[in-house]
Amino acid sequence: MNALPASSRFTETPAVRRKLRQEALAKWIFCAMAAAMVVPLLLIVGYLVVRAAPSLNLEFLLEVPKRGMTEGGIWPALIGTLYLVFISLAVSAPIGILAAVYLNEYARDNWFNRVINLAVINLAGVPSIVHALFGLGAFVYAARFGYSIISASLTLAIMTLPVIIASTREALASVPRSFREACWNVGATRWQTIKAIVLPNSISGILTGVILQVSRAAGETAPVMFTGVVFFKSVERGDLLPYYLNEQCMALSMHLYTISTQVPGVQPSIPFATAVVLLALVVIVNATAISLRVYLRSRKKW
Amino acid sequence: MVTMAATANHIEVRDLRLSYGMKEVIHGISFDVRQHEILGVIGPAQSGKSSLLRCLNRTIDFTPDTHVSGTIEVDGEDVRKTGNVYALRRKIGMVAPLPVGLPLSIYDNVAFAPRCAGLNRKSDLDTIVEQCLRQAALWDEVKDRLDSLGTKLSGGQQQRLTIARALSHEPEILCLDEFSIAIDPVTTMRIEDVLKELRRHMTIVLVTNLTQQARRLADRTMFMWKGEIVELDTTDVIFSEKPKDQRTRDYVEGIFG
Ligand SMILES: Nc1ncnc2c1ncn2[C@@H]1O[C@H](COP(=O)(O)OP(=O)(O)OP(=O)(O)O)[C@@H](O)[C@H]1O
Ligand SMILES: [Mg+2]
Repeated sequence: MNALPASSRFTETPAVRRKLRQEALAKWIFCAMAAAMVVPLLLIVGYLVVRAAPSLNLEFLLEVPKRGMTEGGIWPALIGTLYLVFISLAVSAPIGILAAVYLNEYARDNWFNRVINLAVINLAGVPSIVHALFGLGAFVYAARFGYSIISASLTLAIMTLPVIIASTREALASVPRSFREACWNVGATRWQTIKAIVLPNSISGILTGVILQVSRAAGETAPVMFTGVVFFKSVERGDLLPYYLNEQCMALSMHLYTISTQVPGVQPSIPFATAVVLLALVVIVNATAISLRVYLRSRKKW
Repeated sequence: MVTMAATANHIEVRDLRLSYGMKEVIHGISFDVRQHEILGVIGPAQSGKSSLLRCLNRTIDFTPDTHVSGTIEVDGEDVRKTGNVYALRRKIGMVAPLPVGLPLSIYDNVAFAPRCAGLNRKSDLDTIVEQCLRQAALWDEVKDRLDSLGTKLSGGQQQRLTIARALSHEPEILCLDEFSIAIDPVTTMRIEDVLKELRRHMTIVLVTNLTQQARRLADRTMFMWKGEIVELDTTDVIFSEKPKDQRTRDYVEGIFG
């Protein structure tokens, strides 16, 4: 231990200086890359908001499109998107959560459950346009739901299901196994354990996963365009329940596509305002998810 | 309580073998645990002590890819053929090496097992909770904050909470697996006193790495090594000058390996 003279222990040698320089350099490079992430976001949001400014007001949200969609608002598309998101998640969240509980808590490691796992993983990787074609074949034609909100919602449900299963499993797996073993040791069944310990302590993660799928369901165009969303549907201004489930509806993603590319002479700020609304929806949803997580984590029990 | 002859066997294990996957870790062991005795189980790491306990209350079922053969009889009933494994687990209290406070209130930690068994009357639960916490030498420290979280107790307190939970389903057999590794000597001595008290109406299997703990508490001591029983005899013999096996002598004298 006495190889170094005591006086040199805390002095700066060239090697130390080089090390510190490298450390500083590395930190700046990493920081710059992380900061680079923020730039596109700020540019996108800034550009959109500036271009959308003339149309951004409450009227725009509540009004229906006018004069062949070249003026007016986005009410039918907004409410249509809410319909689709709500129904699709009402279907996929319960199924996904229950399936994940089975896979994580009950399933033994046998071929049957390996097949299920493989199916979940692969389904999550299927491109949305393929989901669209599947929805068209399965719900519109085979199940005879026709081009309708039901078909479109079910297609979105299939699309979000594997991700909900994956995020729920992750949340369940974050509950330590020792808790489960302690319950089994005192004669609790698996279900009693899940009910008393596992679900109450993973619910925040489960809900976060589900909520994050809201923005995905709201943003996708292809799956709904093939199965139940149309260019235009005439609806009363501000009507909260304008659609029947066996009808087609409008949706924000599709509406944005239409007015940007298919309709000539649209007031220039309208597509941008539509995009801002879509973006705001995503931000609101993510913010909800994050604050829910923060709130529930503040009450974390171990 | 049914009074039985002092020498009646509470647990009979015959030719028990256990493998995890292809690896056999218990190689056909046979022994008895007598009614109302403390059986100390000592042996170096990996000798299969914890695995043995998990076979007793069949929580080994939760580990995938295990294979058990031979018989384990508790009160003459083969645990591997029992129709109600949950009742079996309630008959055997199990204390794991690391303290686990469940993320529930202290009250609910102790009331959990009775509730799972279908007991819901508040007054009954109150009685059980108080009695078990008293038995585990924890009541005085927590009686004013029964609704605070079990996970927020100190390690030693959580271990006593674990013991209270193991007592809450009124077991006839209590298995402790190295209960003292997470707690200080003073608390350990308090719990040892509790065990001496409990053995009057309970059979206790005490797995321990502290050979002196077995010496202090156990009526008989079993020395396990690499999945086999080297020697099982009264504690006096095991810790005397004349255990039958050289390995036993080396181990209890601390010059093993
Ligand atoms: N879940 C498991 N899967 C595979 N092998 C296991 C598992 N649990 C234990 N084993 C193996 O079984 C053998 C016995 O382990 P066990 O935990 O029963 O030993 P132990 O006597 O309790 O040791 P310790 O004194 O360290 O607690 C070890 O070789 C261990 O690697
Ligand atoms: Mg062990």
